[in-house]
Amino acid sequence: MRHTSTVIIGAGQAGLAMSKCLSDRSITHVVLEQGVVAQSWVKDRRTSLRLLTPNWQSRLPGFRYRGPDPDGYMNMLQITGFLRDYAHVIAAPVEEHTTVCSVTLDGNRYLVCTNKGDWVCDNVVVASGACAQPKLPQMVDAVPDSIAQLSLTTYKSPNQVARGGVLVVGASASGVQIAAELSTTGHDVTLAVGEHIRAPRHYRGRDIQWWLDRTGVLDEPVKDVDDIARARSVPSFQLTGDAELDAIDLNTLQALGVTVTGRLVGIQNGMAQFSGSLANHCAMSDLKIGRLLDHFDDWAMRVNFPNLQIPRRLPPTCFPSSPHLAADLNNGVIRTIVWATGYSPDFSWLKLPVFDPKGTLIHDQGIVAHGLYVLGLPFMRRRKSALIDGVGGDAQALSDHLVANRHKRAA
Amino acid sequence: MTTSTQDMPVSNGVNTEALIGARGVFAEMPQAASFTFRSNCDWVDGSESRNSINGYFGLGEEHIRKQTFVISSDHPAVFSATDRAPTPPEIALSALASCLTGGVAAVAQHRGIQLRKVQAVVEGDMDMRGILGMDPDIRNGFSAVRVTFNIDADASEDDIRALVAQSQKRSTVFDLMTNPTNVHVVVA
Repeated sequence: MRHTSTVIIGAGQAGLAMSKCLSDRSITHVVLEQGVVAQSWVKDRRTSLRLLTPNWQSRLPGFRYRGPDPDGYMNMLQITGFLRDYAHVIAAPVEEHTTVCSVTLDGNRYLVCTNKGDWVCDNVVVASGACAQPKLPQMVDAVPDSIAQLSLTTYKSPNQVARGGVLVVGASASGVQIAAELSTTGHDVTLAVGEHIRAPRHYRGRDIQWWLDRTGVLDEPVKDVDDIARARSVPSFQLTGDAELDAIDLNTLQALGVTVTGRLVGIQNGMAQFSGSLANHCAMSDLKIGRLLDHFDDWAMRVNFPNLQIPRRLPPTCFPSSPHLAADLNNGVIRTIVWATGYSPDFSWLKLPVFDPKGTLIHDQGIVAHGLYVLGLPFMRRRKSALIDGVGGDAQALSDHLVANRHKRAA
Repeated sequence: MTTSTQDMPVSNGVNTEALIGARGVFAEMPQAASFTFRSNCDWVDGSESRNSINGYFGLGEEHIRKQTFVISSDHPAVFSATDRAPTPPEIALSALASCLTGGVAAVAQHRGIQLRKVQAVVEGDMDMRGILGMDPDIRNGFSAVRVTFNIDADASEDDIRALVAQSQKRSTVFDLMTNPTNVHVVVA
């Protein structure tokens, strides 16, 4: 049994940022990592993935990208290298290959049990990531056995996927990127599209992330949002880390030969059923990005920002007049389904009554309970909370809270 | 990014406070959000039938209205029917129109947009060979449904489009027309 003030669970960007903030405040701590630093960026992601944010936006407490290509987008090896450098620079006390089995209460302290022994501590910071496991709908069980199924953690590259038809489910960043690379490698791709938001990679000569950063959209705090539960579940922009591509939206994909359909709503007797709501989802996507770009234009006018190119908008989303409403999964046309239906965290080891009836962790801007914190969840304190660029601010706020409350523990 | 576009308080006759209050109640007591609606249908003669709609279950208990609503249905003269009431698919179209129109009003109220006129034209295409069993590739239901809104409101064109989009997103009848539903029919 070992003792420390604070146990941080997870050595990705969130856990490392928290470690730096606690070191700056002289709080003794340990970072427990089930694999190696930044492991899930390599192990659980596909080969071609690049960050959606440019390099200059990789800013962490006491560390930032200083390489030769600030406008580039890191691939998975580069982001892993970046985070390992960070761990080294801040001398993070990481214990690798240490899997947390449970976190429970032990009197008024926390007991963290691992495969390498137990820890007793005053504070626990859960930094195991918002993308620990793929989020899959129940209907995966209704897919015929003849169909190969891949998820966001098992799909690595088009080489894995049998020639012929592929159904990609979900059209946020992952779904559109996977659909594009499968289509360019000769697969016959159908993309089931629900709620989504298209975005140009650049607007008026600047990266869309520059606009989101400069205009303060990414800094928007929880209290300024009407419906935070909704804001937390908004899908990622249809973007890819490639400066050469204007956009990777439904128009681009259809030009590549991808067939778009409505949201996959069910599988019955081997028939996949698609919603007839594609037109509305496309209309909403066009309206949302239009509003966001209007907001950028208003800001640029207000602050009189110099040297911006003239506004040029993407053409409206085209979609088939009669999208398919069904697809037979038994006739051999579709051989693979890729579920690009998002990620969810895995807090199964957190054995405390801190979940709502749907199993979602209850927290107030990252504060779960006295001495128990979470970090790195979507829109946790600000819109950018789940970004590498956002986790640092949250880590500073939570470590300040931790310091201010560390002697207030109820007996 | 909603904006109030006028100085007068917006009134579309929708009590958004009550709807927001309901969200609060249902968040605390999800079981109260379970409703069951029903219609009792009696055959009259030929293709004519009459629905009586009154009781429903919700907020944990049965509710009886002061008034029973009657919706009749029939088939038109071209099918050698008595044509005393609209056809069932026309009633379905009217249900879609009403659901979307009510939704537009509610969303407009919430977004501070004063409506002056909302009109919807709904059309459904149907190939009669489907229901006559002449071609298994032709479905019984509509092959396509189109809704055209004509809206006069104190809002920009894009804001009006956004109203209509949000109304579809939250519409019961839009959902049940665009998505499959398990339907269980039994003989008592």
